[in-house]
Amino acid sequence: MSIEVTNLTKQYGLQKAIDNISFQVNTGEILGLLGPNGAGKTTTMKIITCFMAPTGGDVKVNNISIYEDKKKIKKKIGYLPEDNPLYFEMPVLEYLFFTAELQSIKKSVIPDRIREMVHVCGLDIEKHKKIGELSKGYRQRVGLAQAMIHDPEILILDEPTTGLDPNQIIEIRKLIREVGKEKTVILSTHILSEVEATCNRILIINQGKIVADGTSAMLRKQAQGEEILRIQISEYTNNDLVASALQSLETVGMIDPVSDSPGSFMVQSKNKQSSRKSIFQLCVQNNWILTELTPIETKLEDIFRELTTN
Amino acid sequence: MDKIWVITVRELRTFFDSLTAYILIVLFLGLSGFFTWLFGSDIFFIGQATLQPFFSVAYWTLFFFIPALTMKMLAEEKKSGTIELLLTKAVTDWQVIFGKFLACLLLIIIALLLTLPYYITLLWLGPIDTGVVICGYIGLILMSTVYIGIGLFASSITSNQIVAFLLSLVIGVFFLIIFNVFANSFTGLLGEIFNYLNLQTHFDSLARGVVDTRDIIYFLSISLFALILAETSLSKRNIVD
Repeated sequence: MSIEVTNLTKQYGLQKAIDNISFQVNTGEILGLLGPNGAGKTTTMKIITCFMAPTGGDVKVNNISIYEDKKKIKKKIGYLPEDNPLYFEMPVLEYLFFTAELQSIKKSVIPDRIREMVHVCGLDIEKHKKIGELSKGYRQRVGLAQAMIHDPEILILDEPTTGLDPNQIIEIRKLIREVGKEKTVILSTHILSEVEATCNRILIINQGKIVADGTSAMLRKQAQGEEILRIQISEYTNNDLVASALQSLETVGMIDPVSDSPGSFMVQSKNKQSSRKSIFQLCVQNNWILTELTPIETKLEDIFRELTTN
Repeated sequence: MDKIWVITVRELRTFFDSLTAYILIVLFLGLSGFFTWLFGSDIFFIGQATLQPFFSVAYWTLFFFIPALTMKMLAEEKKSGTIELLLTKAVTDWQVIFGKFLACLLLIIIALLLTLPYYITLLWLGPIDTGVVICGYIGLILMSTVYIGIGLFASSITSNQIVAFLLSLVIGVFFLIIFNVFANSFTGLLGEIFNYLNLQTHFDSLARGVVDTRDIIYFLSISLFALILAETSLSKRNIVD
């Protein structure tokens, strides 16, 4: 089941919340929507779930446009809205039953579906309580359970792991990855490590525009210019000698000794060249003991900052 | 239709799970009972076996009670954000509005059914015209549909319950009193239009036992119009937010 977003625009007054964005998500993809607050992530999700109409552009879910048959699209989507709104006065089971009925699940299958959701989302101990009595983490699980109750082919999750403790976060991520194998998942988050851990594609939005699209490895490669290595040579303390030897290597661009640990250097190679081999050979020639040779990856945080700050 | 019913059942359950339903029913029965049997121009004062005093009391009590029922219907969902959850399920805006409308109407009907002992008591006391009583009840139910429609509309344009409550009272006062005042102060076509819009004219004839399709059309068209407005304002999120 594919989602096709073309030239989508949403305007609030004079401000454009999303500005002419286009992308496509296919089955088996877990797309992470990343962006600073107010970038347009939630608005995009609200439009895909047919809660809001766009100012311009179109969204097609499995080739059905949101202008054609909203009900058909809604039936295929499981949605967890931002801040996870729920009917606090309803007991968990009753609420799940209510959603199941609204999503046109056959009456005979509903108890099985509820049982499965309670199991999958770990709600067993709390299932008879009213939603308002639950802790934030459990409410989040109820939110996930109601989103997945009709076994939707598309899952749209707006910040699914907020308010969960680390153990729960890991569980939910595992669950999303599991579900994402056969389904189409779009999730938004602020947490960068979350995107890396769960998503196989990242879309960074800033001020309503897409500024990056690709896997985390692709984004890294794009952002990374020169190779940076951290090396350490132990049992040899003449820093200047080592530094000048390193500098004399053909591929090395810049050297920066690490101030508080003697024998450590940050070595930046020249553009599109790698100096790992030559550093190793240099150490062998001089009988230096190389104890560390670590390539420093550009962090996703850096890419994010670079793309979303002007 | 089944989706509408699902929403209706949930709303009714919420009424009875919270104290809303009980407080409303107790207050309604208490007030209408007090004024029907014990105080002012009650049944014993009139000295006739008629439910007329009850109908005029219910006419006013429902005017205040229905806005209290409808005020949270959409306003609360908008405030808490659950409206997003509801409308992204496989339902249309109409089904949501109509489901909520039906829940309010059913609760009013339950409250009215609980006043049946009044009628049974009167059967003992003297010869009562059952036809008139049935017409009176139908009149109250039809009038409730108008108030519920207005209340849902008021609730759909704000996320503040108090505002919704006051707004539906304000709109209700027009149908209850102000159109009547206008009808008396204008002559000709304008006077007739206001006289037609005045709710009391239509209710009184029903309560007297006169069934006129024009009255029924009046009640149903006004409540339908209010519901259409409510639906329009709910789906307005599609244009601006």
